[in-house]
Amino acid sequence: MTTTAPTRADGEELAPVSAEGLAPLLVSAERPPRPSAWAASLAFGWRAMLKIKHVPEQLFDVTAFPIMMVLMYTYLFGGALAGSTQQYLQFLLPGILVMSIVMITMYTGVAVNIDIEKGVFDRFRTLPIWRPAPMVGYLLGDMLRYAIGSAVMLTVGLIMGFRPAGGVPGVLAGVALLVVFSFCFSWVWTMFGLLLRTEKSVMGVSMMVLFPATFLSNIFVDPSTMPGWLQAFVNNSPITHLASAVRGLMAGEWPGAEIAWSLGWGAALVAVFGTVTMRLYNRR
Amino acid sequence: MTAHRVGRRDDPGSGLAIETSGLVKTFGETRAVDGVDLRVPAGMVYGVLGPNGAGKTTAVKMLATLLRPDGGEARVFGHDVLHEADAVRGRVSLTGQYASVDEDLTGTENLVLLGRLLGHGKRAARERSGHLLEAFGLTEAAGRQVKNYSGGMRRRIDIAASILNTPDLLFLDEPTTGLDPRSRNQVWEIVRAVVAQGTTVLLTTQYLDEADQLASRIAVIDHGRVIAEGTKGELKASVGAGSVHLRLRSAEQRPEAARILGSVLGVEPQLEADAVALTARVGDGGQDAAEQASRALAELARGGVVVDNFSLGQPSLDEVFLALTDRPATERRAQESKEALA
Repeated sequence: MTTTAPTRADGEELAPVSAEGLAPLLVSAERPPRPSAWAASLAFGWRAMLKIKHVPEQLFDVTAFPIMMVLMYTYLFGGALAGSTQQYLQFLLPGILVMSIVMITMYTGVAVNIDIEKGVFDRFRTLPIWRPAPMVGYLLGDMLRYAIGSAVMLTVGLIMGFRPAGGVPGVLAGVALLVVFSFCFSWVWTMFGLLLRTEKSVMGVSMMVLFPATFLSNIFVDPSTMPGWLQAFVNNSPITHLASAVRGLMAGEWPGAEIAWSLGWGAALVAVFGTVTMRLYNRR
Repeated sequence: MTAHRVGRRDDPGSGLAIETSGLVKTFGETRAVDGVDLRVPAGMVYGVLGPNGAGKTTAVKMLATLLRPDGGEARVFGHDVLHEADAVRGRVSLTGQYASVDEDLTGTENLVLLGRLLGHGKRAARERSGHLLEAFGLTEAAGRQVKNYSGGMRRRIDIAASILNTPDLLFLDEPTTGLDPRSRNQVWEIVRAVVAQGTTVLLTTQYLDEADQLASRIAVIDHGRVIAEGTKGELKASVGAGSVHLRLRSAEQRPEAARILGSVLGVEPQLEADAVALTARVGDGGQDAAEQASRALAELARGGVVVDNFSLGQPSLDEVFLALTDRPATERRAQESKEALA
């Protein structure tokens, strides 16, 4: 039986539901085999792309914010710290790139939290798919955002006079390392996104973590001027290792130890926070 | 048609879609689900009826593997929801306020995404989404973001997303709450079409009317416990099919009206707070409610009682609770919160 009259819902003409059209769809459906872990993650990555397409404002944090950072820090500290903004930029740009991209990783946590609130999350959780796929999908989408953010900053840097000795391969290698590390670091935020109740608290906690983590590093200044106890912290911070590695790569060097440290920290972050994230995801 | 579906069920022996025993979920001090035993036969709409906060949603979430039970056992098509969660997920689908679609994406994008996640290729996912949107009358809205949908459209896309792969068991958690009567009827049509093709539907609702329209068996649940269970007929026999509501011209005639109703219907009429109104249960023990009511009206007219207004209605959820527990749901709640305060 088909409902013949069109429904007027919220003042809108709505086509009727066709039970006849529905019936064959319900019987004929063959259930395809489950998607692979990679295919499921990619589907979620595609979702992240679609969200960028529909809500392009969300790219604000990977465009305007990084531009502001480069301009502000170069002209604020350049003269005082390195004698000239030109010289400081050569030192600062790789570091400020690391700082900005690591800072925008926190939006992953916010996105997870919003999805939980909106309800779409529970549908994903009832699907018979590889469990980490939704999380990996967020991060795949975010990797694109990190790449966009890096491109924007480097463009601004080049215009301002940044001249990396490593050339295109060095810069690309630096960005690649940064994006991979940020992917690993984002698992901290997926955990907080699941753990905390509101979007605001996720933001609050991420700021508490990110400000000290990024400032207490060698991004702005050489640690040798710091007191000994702080040097001990700064020299062992993953952000310092990452900043040194990116700086080295862009300068055309091959800082093997720093790259290894960065990747090692990345692996450790995934091992710890990835595990906790999936535990929380399954237990909610 | 049925045979087609049976091939996918690996436990035809028991014939049960859901089987729970002593299912418990606590949130702090509150026992949201407090020892629920359910046996839901496959291939029918099974109604779970109860007021807000009765534990319906919590129970559904446990059955759909979204919440871990704190006690008891639950099996879906023979698979334990805790230890074989993945097998359960492969056979169920869920639509509720909480299991929704992505508001930022369009109708098509949502369905294609879910199609891909269920293992369809790009083309197959697109094709099936298109067909579903058409059957659900959403073709025109297919390219719009879901956040711009009306309530009725929203519920349709939610249900469409749940039957992208025809599930063996579909959970519909209060699918018509907040919908206008027309949209509600259309959701009912969809539910009937789905169950006609062999899918089992577990429907939770606050409306007796809805359970009556759709469900073959009904469990009434309150405070996390099943307080009555049976076929519609069994339940009605215990509740009474409905009630007559009368408004008289003058309050002075009410005692006389009550006496006449009492003798015709054989039940004690309820005197309402409004001094000219009274209500009496009809249809007890399988009697014809309409016939009883018209007989009562005739007797009232013969006795000289002037009736201004008359209606024959299904028992409300409150009346069901009144019949099952001797106190209406709302009153019990108020009283309990008072006790809790004391």
